[in-house]
Amino acid sequence: MTLENFGKTGPGLYLRSPSGVIGAGLLVLLILVALSANWLAPGDPLDMVAQPLLWPGQDMQFPLGTDSLGRNVLAQLIHGARISLLVGFAAVLVSLGVGIVVGTLGGYFGGWIDRSLLQVTELFQTIPTFLLVVVVVAIGHPSASIIAGAIGIASWPSIARLVRAEFRSLREADFVMAARSVGHSDAWIIFREILPNALPSVIVTTSVMVASAILIESALSFLGLGDPNVVSWGSMIGAGREMLRTAWFLTALPGAMLVLTVLSLNLIGDTLNQVLNPRLRGL
Amino acid sequence: MTKALLELDGLNIHFPTQHAVRDLSLTVGQGETLALVGESGCGKSATALAITRLLAPNARVGGRILLDGENLLDFSPARMRAVRGRAISMIFQEPMSSLNPVLSIGTQLGEVLLQHEQLSRQAARQRAIELLDTVRIPEPQRRIDDYPHNLSGGQRQRVMIAMAIACHPRLLIADEPTTALDVTVQASILELLDKLRRELSMGLLLITHDLGLVSQWADRVAVMFAGEKVEEAVAAKLFAHPEHAYTRRLLASSLHFDQELHYHEARLPDTSEDAEDLQAHVPTGVPAANEAVVASQAPLLKLEDVHVAYRTGEKEFFAVKDLSFEIRRGETLGLVGESGCGKSTLSKTILKLIPAHSGRILLEGQDITRLGESAFRPLRAKIQMVFQDPYGSLNPRHTVEDILGGVLRAHGVADKTERHRRIVETLGHVRLSAKSLNRYPHEFSGGQRQRIGIARALILRPALVICDEPVSALDVSIQAQVLNLLVDLKQELGLSYLFISHDLSVVRYISDRVLVMQDGRCVEQGDYRSIWNAPQHPYTRSLIEAVPGQSRVQVAAA
Repeated sequence: MTLENFGKTGPGLYLRSPSGVIGAGLLVLLILVALSANWLAPGDPLDMVAQPLLWPGQDMQFPLGTDSLGRNVLAQLIHGARISLLVGFAAVLVSLGVGIVVGTLGGYFGGWIDRSLLQVTELFQTIPTFLLVVVVVAIGHPSASIIAGAIGIASWPSIARLVRAEFRSLREADFVMAARSVGHSDAWIIFREILPNALPSVIVTTSVMVASAILIESALSFLGLGDPNVVSWGSMIGAGREMLRTAWFLTALPGAMLVLTVLSLNLIGDTLNQVLNPRLRGL
Repeated sequence: MTKALLELDGLNIHFPTQHAVRDLSLTVGQGETLALVGESGCGKSATALAITRLLAPNARVGGRILLDGENLLDFSPARMRAVRGRAISMIFQEPMSSLNPVLSIGTQLGEVLLQHEQLSRQAARQRAIELLDTVRIPEPQRRIDDYPHNLSGGQRQRVMIAMAIACHPRLLIADEPTTALDVTVQASILELLDKLRRELSMGLLLITHDLGLVSQWADRVAVMFAGEKVEEAVAAKLFAHPEHAYTRRLLASSLHFDQELHYHEARLPDTSEDAEDLQAHVPTGVPAANEAVVASQAPLLKLEDVHVAYRTGEKEFFAVKDLSFEIRRGETLGLVGESGCGKSTLSKTILKLIPAHSGRILLEGQDITRLGESAFRPLRAKIQMVFQDPYGSLNPRHTVEDILGGVLRAHGVADKTERHRRIVETLGHVRLSAKSLNRYPHEFSGGQRQRIGIARALILRPALVICDEPVSALDVSIQAQVLNLLVDLKQELGLSYLFISHDLSVVRYISDRVLVMQDGRCVEQGDYRSIWNAPQHPYTRSLIEAVPGQSRVQVAAA
């Protein structure tokens, strides 16, 4: 349950794993691309810049070709990374915020607080995540922040359940008993004693949740429910879908970007799990 | 000795980070009990796992393991599976976790039989009932359909033994088979193992850290230290004339009930590796109870008719019933009882981590039973606790300074330099240097960790320290070190202890008065001389009789 050597050997152990290094490298690269999008591909990626349906390599000014409206595919991919990563991370921040608060309160205090919070959690769990997101986005404006918020609201229950379970077992740990017998306040015990020991498993889950949030955003955009003023990989796939037989690269390229992003996050998640989980560390 | 059943020849076990066993050679004869003795980490369990070829795949095993002259290391995995359970069986330490909780014991026993023998289900069930009878489980026809949670710890270990002997193995490996069990149960389990060994003429490899057990049950003893066998001899000879220095140290530092040592008269010989840093602080003068103080003042802690209840669903279960006692200043009250008797519940109740159902708890004459947490918090400084497990009771994410400093902050010591001064001072009391401040718990040995736990209890300068099994998770040599430290600190700081333990030898050494608990009730209390020499209650007598190794150890001690 505990991670003894995290402060000293955690990063070192992580760097010893090739898949972890590849995953982290990919993600850093994607983040750099997203951050420098305006510099790599200046101007609005939704502007029509050339004749439609240029194939990749046909015109070296547009190395990945153009879509049916003559928009630069490379510029769209670069700018699409922004919205995907932004929505992915923002959504997980929202669900972490809600999930950790709910899980901590329920797991630590137990009793009626736990029972009522658990019922709210279960209420959210019974609604299919994607359906909830669609409903929230349909009611509000389909802007990046609303989408991120909706995904966050729909996916916090898994974090809450995880945190609750960690708190319920750590609450009985000897060192927590010791803290209580010394006279520490509840706030001290929650923030100083239990939470640092509960975080590793939350961190592992987080990286996988970012990946699934990115997929939900793409699915929304694919269905045309995303922000119409912003390019997203999902909306690119949605627009290219009709030309799947004639210009397959319009769906395959953004699809490949999604695969790479989700893969990098899963590799990071797996490696973090091995590094942070002492039972799998094989020492 | 009869012909060799198992022979280890130059066994070497390497783990990625350590050389766990070096050139170990041993033989176990048919119908013989060989005890493999050593402290934690000496490689004894790795040896047992190597024999059954159940070591983790990252371990490299060298040398030869011969069973009836055939090298097990050359066997295919399929052939090895046939050996396990049939020729060699193993019993583990934890009867709580070695049985599958969702299958009835009859099913689990039957599975073992069906795996190795051609039997019908009906015949397997019949054999399972016979086996339960062999290991003396009462009413086996009825108990066979019970699930593990219906059984007590001792009964579960009996079921484990039944599974192990189901196919008449020729070698039985018992890895700390009774360490997790109560003393009275311990004796009966070993008696059973010994009887089965004779009846089935099995070889028994008994792995243990408990020298008392060894003296009573083993034919020959091999002592291991840091992966090497340092001595092997017939049990009686080993205890009478230990040859190797390590064996002598081990024998000297283990407490024996019959030695009748008491802290008033003698210090325990400390033979642990970090003994040197404790040497400098040995106090001058013979410890003596501050009897003048004892007599003059009101009791430090007084319990009157205390009941503690747990609620499971609608039912109330009383873990502590009608308990009254008092602890005077400068006194050590030993609390003895078997697991589940309510002793840990009691300590949590005194610390107000669990509410009392009824009765009164008085601290220095003040009734604290119904005090709210905020009113009680300042009084917490007066009662502190030392926990059993030095690994689990320290938060792995905090440095020593965080752990001790946090306690002071909780009690309003806001000034950083003042905190630092008191932390260093307290570390001095437990004989740790100021260099320890920025280190994490995992950087310390078990004994040092327990001293950090003691420092945490002492930093608020309490009057009463509750020690809940403070040495039962430690190796024998470290036990002596921690007990000596507790005795010294009591003298230096004028402490009183409530010392809870299941180990009678330890309680006998450290207590001024003793209270015996059974099923939540106090069955007997009295001063340390009368309770051991003239126990009144039959339960107390049965506890004393169950202490292992009483007869033969006396020879060595003399």
